[in-house]
Amino acid sequence: MTVHLDIERFNPEADRASHVQRYTLDVEPTDRVLDALTTINRNVDGTLTFRRSCAHGVCGSDAMVINGKEALACKTLIQDVAESDGATITIAPARHMEVQRDLMVKQDTFFANYRAVKPFFIADEAKPAPQKEYLQSVEERSVFDDPTKCILCGACYSACPVIDKNPSFIGPAAIVQAARFVFDSREKGIEARLDILDRPDGVWACENHFECTRVCPRDIKVTKMINFTKREIKKLREARGEQTNDGGAAT
Amino acid sequence: MIRHEYDAVIVGAGGSGLYAALEASRTARTAVVSKLYPSRSHTGAAQGGIGAALGNVEEDKPEWHAFDTVKGGDYLVDQQAAKILAEEAVRAVYDLENRGLPFSRTEDGRIAQRRFGGHTRNFGESAVHRSCYAADRTGHMILQTLYQQCIKNEVSFYDEFQAIDIIMDGNRVTGLLALELATGELHLFTSKAVLFATGGFGRMFRITSNAYANTGDGPALLARAGIPLEDMEFFQFHPTGILGMGILITEGVRGEGGILRNRHGTRFMEEYAPTLLDLAPRDMVSRAIMTEISRGNGVRGDRKIDDYVMLDATHLGRDVVYEKIPDIADFCKTYLAIDPAEKPMPVQPTAHYAMGGIPTNVDGQVTTGAVTYEGLYAAGECACVSVHGANRLGTNSLVDLVVFGRRAGRHVAEYVKNASMPSIPPGGEERGVKKIERLRDGRKGPHVGPFYEKMQETMMAKVGVYRNAGPMSEAVDEIRRLREEYRDVRTEDSSSAFNSDILGILELENLLDLSLVTAASALNRTESRGAHSREDYPERDDPNWLKHTLAGLDGADVTIDYKDVDVSIWKPKPRTY
Ligand SMILES: Cc1cc2nc3c(=O)[nH]c(=O)nc-3n(C[C@H](O)[C@H](O)[C@H](O)COP(=O)(O)OP(=O)(O)OC[C@H]3O[C@@H](n4cnc5c(N)ncnc54)[C@H](O)[C@@H]3O)c2cc1C
Ligand code: SF4
Ligand code: FES
Repeated sequence: MTVHLDIERFNPEADRASHVQRYTLDVEPTDRVLDALTTINRNVDGTLTFRRSCAHGVCGSDAMVINGKEALACKTLIQDVAESDGATITIAPARHMEVQRDLMVKQDTFFANYRAVKPFFIADEAKPAPQKEYLQSVEERSVFDDPTKCILCGACYSACPVIDKNPSFIGPAAIVQAARFVFDSREKGIEARLDILDRPDGVWACENHFECTRVCPRDIKVTKMINFTKREIKKLREARGEQTNDGGAAT
Repeated sequence: MIRHEYDAVIVGAGGSGLYAALEASRTARTAVVSKLYPSRSHTGAAQGGIGAALGNVEEDKPEWHAFDTVKGGDYLVDQQAAKILAEEAVRAVYDLENRGLPFSRTEDGRIAQRRFGGHTRNFGESAVHRSCYAADRTGHMILQTLYQQCIKNEVSFYDEFQAIDIIMDGNRVTGLLALELATGELHLFTSKAVLFATGGFGRMFRITSNAYANTGDGPALLARAGIPLEDMEFFQFHPTGILGMGILITEGVRGEGGILRNRHGTRFMEEYAPTLLDLAPRDMVSRAIMTEISRGNGVRGDRKIDDYVMLDATHLGRDVVYEKIPDIADFCKTYLAIDPAEKPMPVQPTAHYAMGGIPTNVDGQVTTGAVTYEGLYAAGECACVSVHGANRLGTNSLVDLVVFGRRAGRHVAEYVKNASMPSIPPGGEERGVKKIERLRDGRKGPHVGPFYEKMQETMMAKVGVYRNAGPMSEAVDEIRRLREEYRDVRTEDSSSAFNSDILGILELENLLDLSLVTAASALNRTESRGAHSREDYPERDDPNWLKHTLAGLDGADVTIDYKDVDVSIWKPKPRTY
């Protein structure tokens, strides 16, 4: 079938503002949008710029806005976004991050927020004996399975309406990454990350719009993880007889 | 040009590079240079598991693991290295768990283990539960855990920097030249040690499980610097890639009980591997599939090499499918609109893993046996220790990454303590600088697309699962021709910042060079062993060919030399399962 791809383009060395360029291609309905972008890049226009690597939705390189919705280009088939022959697919870079060029965006803040939640294991108990594992039941393991799936693609960060008005919000992915550790029975959990999460720009900025959950290509229940984390913080603060630092949002 | 000085530069931030970085950076000033943001490395795509004889589910021993590795590699494995692999695997897996890796668990709370192809108890008796896994996302968890540890230990990263040349002074490494994506600027790293951990190069084939980024940059730029590559004829085709796309369906599906069937519904592995059946090593299962296809038993039945068979997991039940192989279910639904709990999956062999690569010893030092290159190291898929020989067993690559990544990192740390800072020989960076200037000289050249297509088609059809002299020499000629025409390629993109065009062109050059070395090495080896299966020489020939190939790139030619195999523990025997 033939499709038109209307791609938002921007080259900082040449353009003052972005513009849309149309490419018309012959594709199979079962091709990935990423296949179409690659065909353009390799056979039509070498200047079209985007990130990609794994091509099957596990590396997190190619989150972008396809027909108005955040998605991975490699996990979106043409038939998912083009109804019939001659259809137009619009492709724009992810939001809330500065465009570097075409579909590449600057993810410095996104990754800085990720690093800020201490996304590494901080053991709760003494290490097990040499050549042994920490014991963890099947149930304990399953509690934090969902957040382990995050591939740091930034789709949620792009889709989050809160970031429209509050760019300082650490964003859904950073909280998911924190939750990965907070709910791990082998871990110190919330304590080590309380400062960064329990702030007005931390978990409390979330207003439950569920956009992150809708766009997450790993089907992580992002909003649910955020709410679980809020609950955990409250529990800890209550146990300590303290107030949460929510700037009034949690009431 | 921007200059830097380090004790150690590690090229690549997959499992092997990150592990090496963790070790080296404890004492050495270390930089990690990676063309991808680390968490996007292809280690994250690994699914099925990491093999280690923990014995959590049933009795197991490192010795059995080592033997399976040797036999799986059709005796082209260096046996002392395999022993190290199997023994240190156990420590490595516990180490990863202790650093937080969320393995799936057994009922009694320990690391869960599943069966995998070619892994047996007691020297081949029956399949054993050895693969430690985190659902079907084991590689993702390893990559995340190691990257998290690097963040914790404040390792220095140069993200989205593509290494384009190595600078040697005789047999000693002096530095590395890299291109920064964001600015188009060249960076010259002077370093006492350089370690390559650039991963695989499956993108030379049309159907592959490998990422776009898997273009063999490390081996290619070393080959151009005059360092020979080992055993490049051995490339593994994994039997179960998603039809037409090559996306991997982990062997773990068969480990959990999945069955391969032909168009008649017959479980054909009963004929080819009566004991291990669907869990025979990958080379055998891929050949069995291609034989079924050539007999007209493929699903279409047209005997063409792109016909396919079915992988049936429907009898495992919905719970097992969604608990043990959830990502596979997701891939099938996304790309095939099939739910594997309800319908079998259409599969065909997919180019998966490079057994060959940069020749190293067990400490990651690059060596041909005769010459050891000072300060030069390699680890992970781009290296050839050799622990995989002629065919790698599933779960043994992830072990390789952590065991030999760690050993190489340690050796680097020791080495740089006493080594002096080298100086780049005058004009050492010229070769790389000139190349970039040429690509950007403003002339108009052909698009790269047709090169990729021609190369990938040629390698798939002529240097694939089954091989013959005629087609392979055609492949050599064809690749030579493409390398000639490649000289006209220029960047279409004249910008400096975020010029991905130029990076893709450099990657194509690397793939073409490795395709040539692979095809020539394959043509040269007149026997069948492991993944290298010749219809014109169907038998393994130990008297003449129990040796590693060392293939050098010399302009349009490939020079061939050999290196002994270490068979000090087990005598080579015929390989049946
Ligand atoms: C789909 C799939 C599933 C697999 N499943 C399993 C499994 O279950 N068990 C198992 O044992 N093995 C498995 N494997 C094999 C295993 O995952 C790989 O062999 C292994 O992860 C490779 O790791 P690596 O560290 O060598 O390289 P990679 O993880 O590929 O990393 C390469 C790194 O090098 C960098 N790089 C490359 N070129 C350059 C350059 N020019 N300049 C700078 N940086 C560069 C990249 O940015 C990247 O960081 C699987 C492989 C695939 C494809
Ligand atoms: S939570 Fe989902 S959408 Fe957000 S970064 Fe992780 S994988 Fe991407
Ligand atoms: S290319 Fe890896 S997620 Fe799309």
